[in-house]
Amino acid sequence: MTKLIMTVNGKKVSRDVPDETLLSEFLRESLRLTGTHVGCDTTQCGACVVHVNGTAVKSCSVLAVSLNGESVTTIEGLADGGQLHPMQKAFNDNHGLQCGFCTPGMIMASVDLVAKAKAAGRKLSEDDIRHGLEGNICRCTGYHNIVKAVAQAASEM
Amino acid sequence: MTVHKSLPHDSGPLHVTGAARYVDDIPVPAKCLHLAFGLSTVARGSVTSMDLGAVRAAPGVVAVLEASDLPFANDVSPSAHDEPLLSTGRVNYVGQPLFVVAATSHLAARKAVRAARITYAEEPPVLTVDEALAANSRFEDGPRIWTKGDVDAALAKASNRLSGRIEIGGQEHFYLEGQAALVLPQENGDMVVHSSTQHPTEIQHKVAEAIGKPMHAVRVETRRMGGGFGGKESQGNALACACAIVARATGRPAKMRYDRDDDMVITGKRHDFRIDYDVGFDETGRVSAVDFVQATRGGWAQDLTLPVADRAMLHSDNAYLLPAARITSHRLRTNTQSATAFRGFGGPQGVVGIERVMDHIAAHLGLDPVEVRRVNYYQPMAGATWEDGGSAPRPAASPRDISGTKAGRGLAFGAAHSPASHRPVANTTPYGMEVKDFVLHAMSARLLGSAGYAARREAVAAWNAANPVLKRGLGFSPVKFGISFTLTHLNQAGALVHVYQDGSIHLNHGGTEMGQGLFQKVAQVAAARFGLDTDAVRITATDTAKVPNTSATAASSGSDLNGMAVRVACDMIRDRMSVCLAEKFALRPEDVVFDAGEVRAGDHSMSFAEAAMACYQSRVSLSATGFYKTPDLSWDRIAGQGRPFFYFAHGCALTEVVVDTLTGENRILRADILHDAGASLNPALDIGQVEGAYVQGAGWLTTEELVWDDKGRLRTHAPSTYKIPACSDRPEVFNVALWDGENPEATIYRSKAVGEPPFMLGISAFLALSDACASCGSAYPDLQAPATAEAVLAAIGRARG
Ligand code: FES
Ligand code: FES
Repeated sequence: MTKLIMTVNGKKVSRDVPDETLLSEFLRESLRLTGTHVGCDTTQCGACVVHVNGTAVKSCSVLAVSLNGESVTTIEGLADGGQLHPMQKAFNDNHGLQCGFCTPGMIMASVDLVAKAKAAGRKLSEDDIRHGLEGNICRCTGYHNIVKAVAQAASEM
Repeated sequence: MTVHKSLPHDSGPLHVTGAARYVDDIPVPAKCLHLAFGLSTVARGSVTSMDLGAVRAAPGVVAVLEASDLPFANDVSPSAHDEPLLSTGRVNYVGQPLFVVAATSHLAARKAVRAARITYAEEPPVLTVDEALAANSRFEDGPRIWTKGDVDAALAKASNRLSGRIEIGGQEHFYLEGQAALVLPQENGDMVVHSSTQHPTEIQHKVAEAIGKPMHAVRVETRRMGGGFGGKESQGNALACACAIVARATGRPAKMRYDRDDDMVITGKRHDFRIDYDVGFDETGRVSAVDFVQATRGGWAQDLTLPVADRAMLHSDNAYLLPAARITSHRLRTNTQSATAFRGFGGPQGVVGIERVMDHIAAHLGLDPVEVRRVNYYQPMAGATWEDGGSAPRPAASPRDISGTKAGRGLAFGAAHSPASHRPVANTTPYGMEVKDFVLHAMSARLLGSAGYAARREAVAAWNAANPVLKRGLGFSPVKFGISFTLTHLNQAGALVHVYQDGSIHLNHGGTEMGQGLFQKVAQVAAARFGLDTDAVRITATDTAKVPNTSATAASSGSDLNGMAVRVACDMIRDRMSVCLAEKFALRPEDVVFDAGEVRAGDHSMSFAEAAMACYQSRVSLSATGFYKTPDLSWDRIAGQGRPFFYFAHGCALTEVVVDTLTGENRILRADILHDAGASLNPALDIGQVEGAYVQGAGWLTTEELVWDDKGRLRTHAPSTYKIPACSDRPEVFNVALWDGENPEATIYRSKAVGEPPFMLGISAFLALSDACASCGSAYPDLQAPATAEAVLAAIGRARG
């Protein structure tokens, strides 16, 4: 057991957690933030992507206690109050989802992708998007509308 | 009208905020138990000892159950009662559940399972098609054989003849959300089940048997699945039954979700097939007879293997009029996962068989593969003129707001290809059904025109002449897919609609939502019947207590069946409201109009909410059930004769690939698709289905390879070894459009089913790879599926001779 203090979606949380608890488990079970999905348990599918200090991380493969003192953002914390993040809006408007199971991870990974490109002063090409999202599997959409959504959001972010 | 509009998925706002709930997200009451199965590690034999002492003693374990502990039925089969929930001593595949552990956490249950000490008396497993044929290990007493015409005579007379074989691999569903169930015990021993299933009624039925109660004691609810693709038609039974048995034994809620590895090891996959062919044809490539022998590995239990194998036979003609055909189907029992439903349900495997034949004929005669296909097409739908490419018979019910592009008029086919002059034979399938709605001539002409086929064929030839290492290929494939369950009684659906006194509408039907957008489409139908926006309609979770005796959401039938049932229910309520308001204003009921959020009765106009309140106060029932059954079906599966399908859905695709001939690696450069969704209920959702299906279909035939070792162990049991198409595998240019014809049959708003048919468009990617391989030499490359880099290299070697 370790006392874990973390900022999650802007709020300070503190819990005693077993050392082997995965970040995904901590978010889903202890904090009941079930928007972070577990699709493969083995860092292949990307359904579990969250941000740790602003960087995309696969939460199924990180121990919660290793992030003591860090700041985590999940899909539930992405919207600004009632205002959807441009990436969230773009996924909805461009039909970038079907079953929706990959969607939270896909959105979190995409936000990171766009932010990184912006910070480096680069404009994201379609090819960048296609390769940047290689770590996120979607079994439903065939990715076409996902790439469209990310491109649209990138122009608005 | 709300139909024919490209509205986003109804759960879109929930998905993008992480608020949509799947089974594993539902808050559970205290003391919920978590389950895990202990699995067999040998493929065939019997258990000689099972020591579970250490499992029982493991931290967090509350209960451990073996087959002998089960109180009632030990069966999770959807068909032949040959699939015990827990093995009774016989072991039939690596991954078969032997015992179940209930513990205080998911992790505790999974850890405890590993403490079991089990010994087996192993027997040599039956793994391959050849082994199963040699051992006569099969379902049913022998092969099914359907025949049209005198095949042997026609083959003997044919001026050209070819034979060959294609192996077609299976496919893992990889629904992103794994199998999951949650059972909450109720008073009186009743159970409420939340299941990630395409078939809530089946879950209800199997759980009732497992706890020894009538079906009325079990209520199953399914709000959504994180993907299904057929993998949740029967494979969820085991989890729901195990949870119910544990809940009954302990009085505590019970939840089970398969870890991804377990999911891939335990559950069934797409049936793999081996298809042998012997075909006779003339100099133009026109087939006079074909003899197919299909052999499929059904795994250890029957599950849905018979109807899957039937559908493979039913699609071995695809789009082609075969004057004589014999199809022999071996359904083999092997010591592997029990193969199950997967998008297309055997149809795609049958289609690959005949598409291989067309490809082989074209290569043999040195003809354009597109031409060979065109001369073999069924005759076009009556009313379509051949010379203009058989234009759509009627204008579509003009889907507006379409987000995808509509293709322009395409090239016409030359009259030389007119089948009328060559075809004395009736336009019937090998199973005796007349084809009356065939639109692929016109669709192909339009697609090939818009995709610039002729010029690109030349460009590819020029590229290949100039480039020794990277070779390009083009592949064209059409699909004609039969719509309806072949088990005729499944073609029924129910709906429940309430109009509340404030004018809001509660909608429920028997279909399940797995991402395909069924709930939105059906809500669009309901809203259209009342002249409202979809906001007025609340779509609720599929629930066996609201609509009973439902069929699986499968066979692409979801919106056809449930849309109609909802329409019937809505119209019943609307008619009652019309009668009530007509009486009130001394009008005829037909003078009451529901439109644009209003109800107009002569000069009187009111909001829908006011109308609902007025009817409520006049004591009119504002609740109705609707029921629909597909008309005009008759089918004898033993004889292989009848009309198993209400109609056909069509599509065609042209794919261009590039292959590295040194490594076999390859990439899809461009895909152009034209798909027939009738008068689409929601073009954006339908185009999404087409795009997703194409990529999934191409994945099946290219990168997705299942490998079992000689002990019957699945070696590709995680996405690290089983390659699912990623974002970067998507075609670089991807043009998808919907055909603008409507369904000549009276389906819901003249739309067509769209879930499965476009899956087969992915076959064009396989054919394009074959084309690229063929450009390397003069021999037929005989490409096998999946066309992994290794398979492509081997095919290039064969082409070079
Ligand atoms: S669940 Fe974390 S990558 Fe799949
Ligand atoms: S929408 Fe289902 S996995 Fe992406």
